[in-house]
Amino acid sequence: MSIWEQIYSNLIAQDRWMLILRGLGTTLLIAFGAIIVGTLIGAVICLFRMSNIRVLRWIGTLYITVIRGVPVITQLMIFAFVIFASYSMPLNVVAIISFGVNSGAYVSEIFRAGIQGVDIGQTEAGRSLGLKKWQTMVKIVFPQAFKNILPTYTNEFIVLIKETSVAGYIAIQDLTKVGDMIRNATFNAWVPLITTAVIYLILTLGLARLFSLLERRLARSDRR
Amino acid sequence: MIDVKNLCKSFGDNKVLNNITETIDKGEKVVIIGPSGSGKSTFLRCLNLLETPTSGEIWFEGQMINKKGANVDELRRKMGMVFQHFNLFPHLTVMQNITLAPVTLKLQSKEEAGETALKLLRRIGLSDKADAYPSMISGGQKQRIAIVRALAMNPDVMLFDEPTSALDPEMVGEVLEVMKELAAEGMTMIVVTHEMGFAREVGTRVMFMDEGKILEQNEPHAFFSNPQHDRLKDFLSKVL
Repeated sequence: MSIWEQIYSNLIAQDRWMLILRGLGTTLLIAFGAIIVGTLIGAVICLFRMSNIRVLRWIGTLYITVIRGVPVITQLMIFAFVIFASYSMPLNVVAIISFGVNSGAYVSEIFRAGIQGVDIGQTEAGRSLGLKKWQTMVKIVFPQAFKNILPTYTNEFIVLIKETSVAGYIAIQDLTKVGDMIRNATFNAWVPLITTAVIYLILTLGLARLFSLLERRLARSDRR
Repeated sequence: MIDVKNLCKSFGDNKVLNNITETIDKGEKVVIIGPSGSGKSTFLRCLNLLETPTSGEIWFEGQMINKKGANVDELRRKMGMVFQHFNLFPHLTVMQNITLAPVTLKLQSKEEAGETALKLLRRIGLSDKADAYPSMISGGQKQRIAIVRALAMNPDVMLFDEPTSALDPEMVGEVLEVMKELAAEGMTMIVVTHEMGFAREVGTRVMFMDEGKILEQNEPHAFFSNPQHDRLKDFLSKVL
Protein backbone atom coordinates (compact mmCIF):
# COMPACT_ATOMS: atom_id res chain seq x y z
CA MET A 1 0.00 0.00 0.00
CA SER A 2 1.20 3.49 -0.73
CA ILE A 3 1.49 6.02 2.08
CA TRP A 4 -1.70 7.70 0.91
CA GLU A 5 -3.62 4.47 0.91
CA GLN A 6 -2.39 3.71 4.40
CA ILE A 7 -3.43 7.15 5.63
CA TYR A 8 -6.78 6.77 3.89
CA SER A 9 -7.55 3.40 5.41
CA ASN A 10 -6.51 4.49 8.89
CA LEU A 11 -8.02 7.94 9.08
CA ILE A 12 -10.72 8.35 6.47
CA ALA A 13 -12.20 4.92 5.82
CA GLN A 14 -15.17 3.95 7.99
CA ASP A 15 -15.17 7.51 9.38
CA ARG A 16 -12.20 6.73 11.59
CA TRP A 17 -11.45 10.46 11.87
CA MET A 18 -14.73 10.73 13.78
CA LEU A 19 -13.40 8.21 16.26
CA ILE A 20 -10.23 10.26 16.66
CA LEU A 21 -12.23 13.46 17.18
CA ARG A 22 -14.34 11.77 19.83
CA GLY A 23 -11.17 10.52 21.50
CA LEU A 24 -9.77 14.04 21.44
CA GLY A 25 -13.01 15.34 22.94
CA THR A 26 -12.80 12.79 25.75
CA THR A 27 -9.17 13.66 26.44
CA LEU A 28 -9.98 17.37 26.62
CA LEU A 29 -13.06 16.78 28.77
CA ILE A 30 -11.13 14.72 31.29
CA ALA A 31 -8.16 17.11 31.35
CA PHE A 32 -10.30 20.24 31.78
CA GLY A 33 -12.52 18.57 34.36
CA ALA A 34 -9.51 17.28 36.24
CA ILE A 35 -7.71 20.62 36.31
CA ILE A 36 -10.83 22.23 37.80
CA VAL A 37 -11.20 19.51 40.43
CA GLY A 38 -7.43 19.56 40.99
CA THR A 39 -7.35 23.32 41.43
CA LEU A 40 -10.15 23.25 44.00
CA ILE A 41 -8.55 20.40 45.91
CA GLY A 42 -5.14 22.01 45.54
CA ALA A 43 -6.41 25.29 47.00
CA VAL A 44 -7.97 23.54 49.98
CA ILE A 45 -4.93 21.35 50.66
CA CYS A 46 -2.68 24.39 50.31
CA LEU A 47 -4.75 26.24 52.94
CA PHE A 48 -4.55 23.15 55.15
CA ARG A 49 -0.77 23.04 54.79
CA MET A 50 -0.41 26.71 55.72
CA SER A 51 -2.98 26.56 58.50
CA ASN A 52 -2.25 27.34 62.13
CA ILE A 53 -4.16 24.22 63.10
CA ARG A 54 -1.88 21.25 63.44
CA VAL A 55 -4.45 18.60 62.46
CA LEU A 56 -5.19 20.36 59.17
CA ARG A 57 -1.50 20.67 58.37
CA TRP A 58 -1.13 16.98 59.09
CA ILE A 59 -4.04 16.05 56.81
CA GLY A 60 -2.57 18.17 54.03
CA THR A 61 0.84 16.58 54.33
CA LEU A 62 -0.64 13.10 54.45
CA TYR A 63 -2.69 13.74 51.34
CA ILE A 64 0.30 14.97 49.37
CA THR A 65 2.54 12.15 50.57
CA VAL A 66 0.06 9.42 49.65
CA ILE A 67 -1.03 10.83 46.30
CA ARG A 68 2.47 11.61 45.12
CA GLY A 69 3.79 8.27 46.26
CA VAL A 70 1.37 6.13 44.23
CA PRO A 71 1.43 5.86 40.42
CA VAL A 72 -1.44 7.63 38.69
CA ILE A 73 -2.55 4.47 36.87
CA THR A 74 -2.85 2.62 40.16
CA GLN A 75 -4.91 5.48 41.58
CA LEU A 76 -7.10 5.52 38.50
CA MET A 77 -7.82 1.79 38.78
CA ILE A 78 -8.48 2.05 42.53
CA PHE A 79 -11.05 4.78 41.86
CA ALA A 80 -12.69 2.80 39.04
CA PHE A 81 -12.60 -0.74 40.45
CA VAL A 82 -12.58 -0.18 44.23
CA ILE A 83 -14.03 3.13 45.31
CA PHE A 84 -16.66 3.59 42.61
CA ALA A 85 -16.95 -0.11 41.69
CA SER A 86 -20.45 -0.51 43.02
CA TYR A 87 -21.76 2.82 41.74
CA SER A 88 -22.91 3.24 38.19
CA MET A 89 -20.85 6.35 37.72
CA PRO A 90 -19.94 7.35 34.16
CA LEU A 91 -16.33 6.40 33.48
CA ASN A 92 -15.45 9.92 32.37
CA VAL A 93 -16.57 11.25 35.76
CA VAL A 94 -14.50 8.62 37.54
CA ALA A 95 -11.50 9.67 35.46
CA ILE A 96 -12.08 13.38 36.16
CA ILE A 97 -12.26 12.74 39.89
CA SER A 98 -9.28 10.43 39.85
CA PHE A 99 -7.00 12.70 37.80
CA GLY A 100 -8.31 15.69 39.75
CA VAL A 101 -7.45 14.11 43.08
CA ASN A 102 -4.02 13.27 41.75
CA SER A 103 -3.39 16.71 40.28
CA GLY A 104 -4.64 18.39 43.47
CA ALA A 105 -1.59 17.17 45.36
CA TYR A 106 0.77 18.74 42.83
CA VAL A 107 -1.30 21.91 42.43
CA SER A 108 -1.35 22.48 46.19
CA GLU A 109 2.44 22.40 46.27
CA ILE A 110 2.58 24.79 43.31
CA PHE A 111 0.24 27.18 45.15
CA ARG A 112 2.18 26.91 48.37
CA ALA A 113 5.51 27.58 46.68
CA GLY A 114 3.98 30.57 44.90
CA ILE A 115 2.53 32.06 48.06
CA GLN A 116 5.65 31.48 50.11
CA GLY A 117 7.69 32.98 47.31
CA VAL A 118 6.14 36.37 48.05
CA ASP A 119 8.48 38.34 50.31
CA ILE A 120 7.42 38.26 53.95
CA GLY A 121 7.92 42.03 53.97
CA GLN A 122 4.81 42.35 51.80
CA THR A 123 2.70 40.67 54.46
CA GLU A 124 4.33 42.74 57.18
CA ALA A 125 3.66 45.95 55.28
CA GLY A 126 0.02 44.99 54.82
CA ARG A 127 -0.46 44.02 58.45
CA SER A 128 1.37 47.12 59.69
CA LEU A 129 -1.21 49.23 57.85
CA GLY A 130 -3.95 47.56 59.88
CA LEU A 131 -5.17 45.13 57.22
CA LYS A 132 -6.46 41.83 58.56
CA LYS A 133 -4.67 38.61 57.71
CA TRP A 134 -7.15 37.62 55.00
CA GLN A 135 -7.27 41.12 53.54
CA THR A 136 -3.49 41.09 53.29
CA MET A 137 -3.66 37.70 51.61
CA VAL A 138 -6.34 38.66 49.11
CA LYS A 139 -5.14 42.16 48.23
CA ILE A 140 -1.39 41.83 48.50
CA VAL A 141 -0.09 38.26 48.60
CA PHE A 142 -2.35 36.41 46.17
CA PRO A 143 -2.00 38.81 43.24
CA GLN A 144 1.78 38.52 43.50
CA ALA A 145 1.68 34.78 44.11
CA PHE A 146 -0.48 34.39 41.02
CA LYS A 147 2.37 35.55 38.84
CA ASN A 148 4.79 33.16 40.55
CA ILE A 149 2.33 30.33 40.16
CA LEU A 150 1.25 30.77 36.56
CA PRO A 151 4.20 29.14 34.74
CA THR A 152 4.25 25.99 36.90
CA TYR A 153 0.46 25.84 37.08
CA THR A 154 0.03 25.95 33.32
CA ASN A 155 2.74 23.36 33.03
CA GLU A 156 0.76 21.14 35.39
CA PHE A 157 -2.20 21.44 33.03
CA ILE A 158 -0.07 20.38 30.11
CA VAL A 159 1.28 17.46 32.12
CA LEU A 160 -2.28 16.54 32.98
CA ILE A 161 -3.35 16.40 29.34
CA LYS A 162 -0.57 13.91 28.70
CA GLU A 163 -1.31 11.94 31.85
CA THR A 164 -4.91 11.31 30.78
CA SER A 165 -3.47 9.03 28.10
CA VAL A 166 -3.61 6.18 30.61
CA ALA A 167 -7.42 6.47 30.85
CA GLY A 168 -7.62 3.48 28.50
CA TYR A 169 -6.78 1.31 31.51
CA ILE A 170 -10.34 1.74 32.73
CA ALA A 171 -11.83 1.32 29.24
CA ILE A 172 -12.18 5.00 28.42
CA GLN A 173 -11.82 5.78 24.74
CA ASP A 174 -9.55 8.79 24.95
CA LEU A 175 -7.22 9.97 22.20
CA THR A 176 -4.51 7.42 22.92
CA LYS A 177 -6.99 4.58 23.23
CA VAL A 178 -8.69 5.31 19.90
CA GLY A 179 -5.31 5.44 18.22
CA ASP A 180 -4.65 2.02 19.61
CA MET A 181 -8.09 0.79 18.56
CA ILE A 182 -7.45 1.87 14.97
CA ARG A 183 -4.08 0.12 15.08
CA ASN A 184 -5.86 -3.08 16.11
CA ALA A 185 -8.43 -2.76 13.36
CA THR A 186 -6.13 -1.90 10.49
CA PHE A 187 -2.93 -3.67 11.56
CA ASN A 188 -1.14 -0.41 10.83
CA ALA A 189 0.71 1.13 13.73
CA TRP A 190 2.44 4.24 12.50
CA VAL A 191 -0.46 6.20 11.01
CA PRO A 192 -2.84 6.17 14.00
CA LEU A 193 -0.09 6.50 16.62
CA ILE A 194 1.81 9.30 14.88
CA THR A 195 -1.51 11.03 14.28
CA THR A 196 -2.42 10.98 17.97
CA ALA A 197 1.12 12.06 18.86
CA VAL A 198 0.85 15.07 16.54
CA ILE A 199 -2.52 16.01 18.04
CA TYR A 200 -1.04 15.90 21.57
CA LEU A 201 1.85 18.01 20.40
CA ILE A 202 -0.44 20.63 18.85
CA LEU A 203 -2.47 20.74 22.06
CA THR A 204 0.46 21.10 24.41
CA LEU A 205 2.41 23.55 22.25
CA GLY A 206 -0.70 25.62 21.62
CA LEU A 207 -1.48 25.84 25.32
CA ALA A 208 2.13 26.65 26.21
CA ARG A 209 2.02 29.51 23.71
CA LEU A 210 -1.32 30.76 25.03
CA PHE A 211 -0.09 30.75 28.60
CA SER A 212 3.14 32.53 27.79
CA LEU A 213 1.09 35.32 26.19
CA LEU A 214 -0.93 35.56 29.38
CA GLU A 215 2.23 35.73 31.46
CA ARG A 216 3.54 38.57 29.38
CA ARG A 217 0.30 40.48 29.93
CA LEU A 218 0.69 39.98 33.67
CA ALA A 219 4.28 41.15 33.67
CA ARG A 220 3.01 44.68 33.11
CA SER A 221 4.09 45.98 36.52
CA ASP A 222 7.50 44.33 36.40
CA ARG A 223 10.74 46.12 35.71
CA ARG A 224 10.77 47.24 32.13
CA MET B 1 1.52 56.97 74.87
CA ILE B 2 3.56 53.78 74.70
CA ASP B 3 4.47 51.92 77.85
CA VAL B 4 6.73 48.91 77.71
CA LYS B 5 7.01 46.81 80.84
CA ASN B 6 9.57 44.03 81.33
CA LEU B 7 9.61 43.19 77.64
CA CYS B 8 11.50 40.03 76.75
CA LYS B 9 11.82 38.38 73.37
CA SER B 10 13.66 35.20 72.57
CA PHE B 11 14.12 33.38 69.29
CA GLY B 12 14.68 29.84 70.49
CA ASP B 13 17.54 30.02 72.96
CA ASN B 14 18.62 33.39 71.68
CA LYS B 15 17.53 36.12 74.06
CA VAL B 16 17.13 39.19 71.86
CA LEU B 17 15.34 41.55 74.24
CA ASN B 18 16.19 41.36 77.89
CA ASN B 19 13.65 42.88 80.25
CA ILE B 20 13.10 46.31 78.72
CA THR B 21 10.94 48.84 80.55
CA GLU B 22 10.41 52.15 78.82
CA THR B 23 7.87 54.93 78.33
CA ILE B 24 7.50 57.01 75.22
CA ASP B 25 5.36 60.15 75.39
CA LYS B 26 3.33 61.87 72.74
CA GLY B 27 5.40 64.14 70.51
CA GLU B 28 8.73 62.54 71.37
CA LYS B 29 11.20 61.67 68.67
CA VAL B 30 13.08 58.72 70.05
CA VAL B 31 16.11 57.58 68.10
CA ILE B 32 17.48 54.12 68.81
CA ILE B 33 21.04 53.32 67.87
CA GLY B 34 23.27 50.37 68.54
CA PRO B 35 25.34 47.67 66.86
CA SER B 36 23.62 45.14 64.64
CA GLY B 37 22.13 42.29 66.60
CA SER B 38 21.56 44.54 69.59
CA GLY B 39 17.79 44.01 69.39
CA LYS B 40 16.80 47.50 68.28
CA SER B 41 14.78 46.36 65.26
CA THR B 42 13.15 43.60 67.29
CA PHE B 43 12.22 46.14 69.95
CA LEU B 44 10.58 48.34 67.33
CA ARG B 45 8.78 45.39 65.74
CA CYS B 46 7.43 44.33 69.12
CA LEU B 47 5.73 47.70 69.51
CA ASN B 48 3.26 46.96 66.72
CA LEU B 49 3.39 43.23 67.35
CA LEU B 50 5.10 42.22 64.13
CA GLU B 51 7.07 40.23 66.68
CA THR B 52 5.17 38.64 69.54
CA PRO B 53 6.84 39.35 72.87
CA THR B 54 7.92 36.29 74.82
CA SER B 55 6.94 38.01 78.03
CA GLY B 56 6.16 41.48 79.33
CA GLU B 57 3.54 44.05 78.54
CA ILE B 58 3.12 46.66 75.86
CA TRP B 59 0.60 49.42 76.43
CA PHE B 60 -0.52 51.79 73.70
CA GLU B 61 -2.91 54.67 74.35
CA GLY B 62 -4.11 53.13 77.59
CA GLN B 63 -4.62 49.58 76.33
CA MET B 64 -2.51 46.53 76.82
CA ILE B 65 -2.05 45.35 73.27
CA ASN B 66 -0.26 42.03 73.65
CA LYS B 67 -2.94 40.24 75.60
CA LYS B 68 -5.31 37.70 74.14
CA GLY B 69 -8.30 39.29 72.47
CA ALA B 70 -6.70 42.69 71.92
CA ASN B 71 -7.57 44.13 68.54
CA VAL B 72 -4.18 44.18 66.93
CA ASP B 73 -5.43 45.38 63.54
CA GLU B 74 -7.14 48.35 65.12
CA LEU B 75 -4.01 49.38 66.97
CA ARG B 76 -1.78 49.01 63.92
CA ARG B 77 -3.84 51.59 62.07
CA LYS B 78 -2.63 54.08 64.65
CA MET B 79 1.02 52.99 64.33
CA GLY B 80 2.58 53.66 60.96
CA MET B 81 5.63 51.64 60.08
CA VAL B 82 8.39 52.26 57.57
CA PHE B 83 10.68 49.37 56.65
CA GLN B 84 14.28 49.14 55.61
CA HIS B 85 13.34 47.56 52.29
CA PHE B 86 10.36 49.86 51.65
CA ASN B 87 7.97 46.95 51.05
CA LEU B 88 5.89 48.83 48.54
CA PHE B 89 3.37 46.57 46.81
CA PRO B 90 4.93 45.93 43.40
CA HIS B 91 1.67 44.94 41.70
CA LEU B 92 0.00 48.25 42.56
CA THR B 93 0.64 51.77 41.35
CA VAL B 94 1.98 54.39 43.75
CA MET B 95 -1.53 55.76 44.14
CA GLN B 96 -3.00 52.32 44.82
CA ASN B 97 -0.21 51.61 47.32
CA ILE B 98 -1.30 54.63 49.33
CA THR B 99 -5.05 54.19 49.07
CA LEU B 100 -5.21 50.40 49.54
CA ALA B 101 -5.44 50.36 53.33
CA PRO B 102 -7.84 53.30 53.90
CA VAL B 103 -10.17 52.05 51.16
CA THR B 104 -10.03 48.36 52.09
CA LEU B 105 -10.70 49.21 55.72
CA LYS B 106 -13.57 51.47 54.61
CA LEU B 107 -12.13 54.48 56.38
CA GLN B 108 -12.39 56.57 53.24
CA SER B 109 -14.14 56.30 49.91
CA LYS B 110 -11.93 55.71 46.90
CA GLU B 111 -12.27 59.36 45.88
CA GLU B 112 -11.46 60.72 49.32
CA ALA B 113 -8.47 58.41 49.65
CA GLY B 114 -7.27 59.45 46.21
CA GLU B 115 -7.45 63.10 47.16
CA THR B 116 -5.59 62.49 50.41
CA ALA B 117 -2.98 60.51 48.54
CA LEU B 118 -2.46 63.26 45.97
CA LYS B 119 -2.12 65.84 48.71
CA LEU B 120 0.50 63.70 50.43
CA LEU B 121 2.31 63.03 47.16
CA ARG B 122 2.37 66.73 46.36
CA ARG B 123 3.92 67.37 49.74
CA ILE B 124 6.87 65.14 48.90
CA GLY B 125 6.99 66.39 45.32
CA LEU B 126 6.02 63.09 43.72
CA SER B 127 2.49 63.73 42.49
CA ASP B 128 3.69 63.01 38.94
CA LYS B 129 4.48 59.44 40.04
CA ALA B 130 0.93 58.60 41.12
CA ASP B 131 0.38 56.18 38.25
CA ALA B 132 3.88 54.72 38.22
CA TYR B 133 4.64 51.23 39.48
CA PRO B 134 7.24 50.83 42.25
CA SER B 135 9.65 49.14 39.86
CA MET B 136 9.85 52.35 37.84
CA ILE B 137 11.02 54.70 40.60
CA SER B 138 14.22 55.16 42.61
CA GLY B 139 14.90 53.82 46.10
CA GLY B 140 14.64 57.26 47.66
CA GLN B 141 11.30 57.83 45.97
CA LYS B 142 10.10 54.40 47.10
CA GLN B 143 10.92 55.12 50.71
CA ARG B 144 9.27 58.55 50.64
CA ILE B 145 6.17 56.92 49.21
CA ALA B 146 6.32 54.21 51.87
CA ILE B 147 6.32 56.97 54.49
CA VAL B 148 3.37 58.65 52.83
CA ARG B 149 1.55 55.32 52.59
CA ALA B 150 1.80 54.95 56.35
CA LEU B 151 0.73 58.57 56.85
CA ALA B 152 -2.41 57.99 54.81
CA MET B 153 -3.75 55.99 57.74
CA ASN B 154 -3.38 59.09 59.89
CA PRO B 155 -1.33 57.34 62.58
CA ASP B 156 -0.58 58.67 66.05
CA VAL B 157 2.97 57.36 66.00
CA MET B 158 5.43 56.43 63.27
CA LEU B 159 7.94 53.62 63.60
CA PHE B 160 10.98 53.70 61.33
CA ASP B 161 13.09 50.56 60.99
CA GLU B 162 16.41 51.64 59.47
CA PRO B 163 14.63 53.63 56.78
CA THR B 164 17.80 54.74 55.01
CA SER B 165 20.00 51.65 55.34
CA ALA B 166 19.06 50.16 51.99
CA LEU B 167 19.43 53.41 50.06
CA ASP B 168 22.19 54.68 47.84
CA PRO B 169 24.05 57.40 49.78
CA GLU B 170 22.82 60.14 47.45
CA MET B 171 19.18 59.28 48.27
CA VAL B 172 19.49 59.27 52.03
CA GLY B 173 19.06 63.03 52.25
CA GLU B 174 15.66 63.22 50.57
CA VAL B 175 14.22 60.58 52.90
CA LEU B 176 15.64 62.20 56.02
CA GLU B 177 14.21 65.51 54.82
CA VAL B 178 10.70 64.06 54.77
CA MET B 179 11.25 62.60 58.23
CA LYS B 180 12.46 65.95 59.55
CA GLU B 181 9.36 67.69 58.23
CA LEU B 182 7.24 65.06 59.88
CA ALA B 183 9.06 65.60 63.15
CA ALA B 184 8.59 69.35 62.88
CA GLU B 185 4.84 68.83 62.51
CA GLY B 186 4.80 67.16 65.90
CA MET B 187 4.52 63.51 64.93
CA THR B 188 5.56 61.04 67.59
CA MET B 189 8.42 59.08 66.07
CA ILE B 190 10.52 56.11 67.03
CA VAL B 191 13.44 55.69 64.68
CA VAL B 192 15.98 52.90 64.50
CA THR B 193 18.85 54.25 62.45
CA HIS B 194 22.57 54.55 61.88
CA GLU B 195 22.23 58.20 60.88
CA MET B 196 23.91 59.94 63.80
CA GLY B 197 23.36 63.37 62.25
CA PHE B 198 19.62 62.75 62.22
CA ALA B 199 19.69 61.48 65.80
CA ARG B 200 21.49 64.62 66.93
CA GLU B 201 19.38 67.05 64.95
CA VAL B 202 15.88 65.62 65.19
CA GLY B 203 15.86 63.31 68.20
CA THR B 204 14.46 64.50 71.50
CA ARG B 205 15.92 61.43 73.10
CA VAL B 206 18.57 59.00 71.92
CA MET B 207 18.79 55.43 73.17
CA PHE B 208 21.73 53.10 72.90
CA MET B 209 20.88 49.42 72.78
CA ASP B 210 23.24 46.51 73.14
CA GLU B 211 22.61 42.83 73.85
CA GLY B 212 18.89 43.29 74.25
CA LYS B 213 19.05 46.13 76.75
CA ILE B 214 18.84 49.88 76.66
CA LEU B 215 22.26 50.63 78.08
CA GLU B 216 22.07 54.39 78.04
CA GLN B 217 19.78 57.18 76.97
CA ASN B 218 19.80 60.94 77.08
CA GLU B 219 18.85 64.05 75.18
CA PRO B 220 21.01 64.12 72.05
CA HIS B 221 23.50 66.82 73.01
CA ALA B 222 24.56 65.16 76.24
CA PHE B 223 24.25 61.71 74.68
CA PHE B 224 26.86 62.42 72.04
CA SER B 225 29.11 64.85 73.91
CA ASN B 226 29.19 63.06 77.23
CA PRO B 227 28.54 59.33 76.88
CA GLN B 228 28.81 57.44 80.18
CA HIS B 229 28.87 53.79 79.32
CA ASP B 230 32.11 52.30 78.00
CA ARG B 231 30.20 50.29 75.43
CA LEU B 232 28.58 53.46 74.08
CA LYS B 233 31.89 55.37 74.06
CA ASP B 234 33.39 52.53 72.08
CA PHE B 235 30.44 52.45 69.67
CA LEU B 236 30.46 56.21 69.11
CA SER B 237 34.19 56.27 68.53
CA LYS B 238 33.65 53.82 65.69
CA VAL B 239 30.67 55.44 64.00
CA LEU B 240 31.34 59.15 64.45
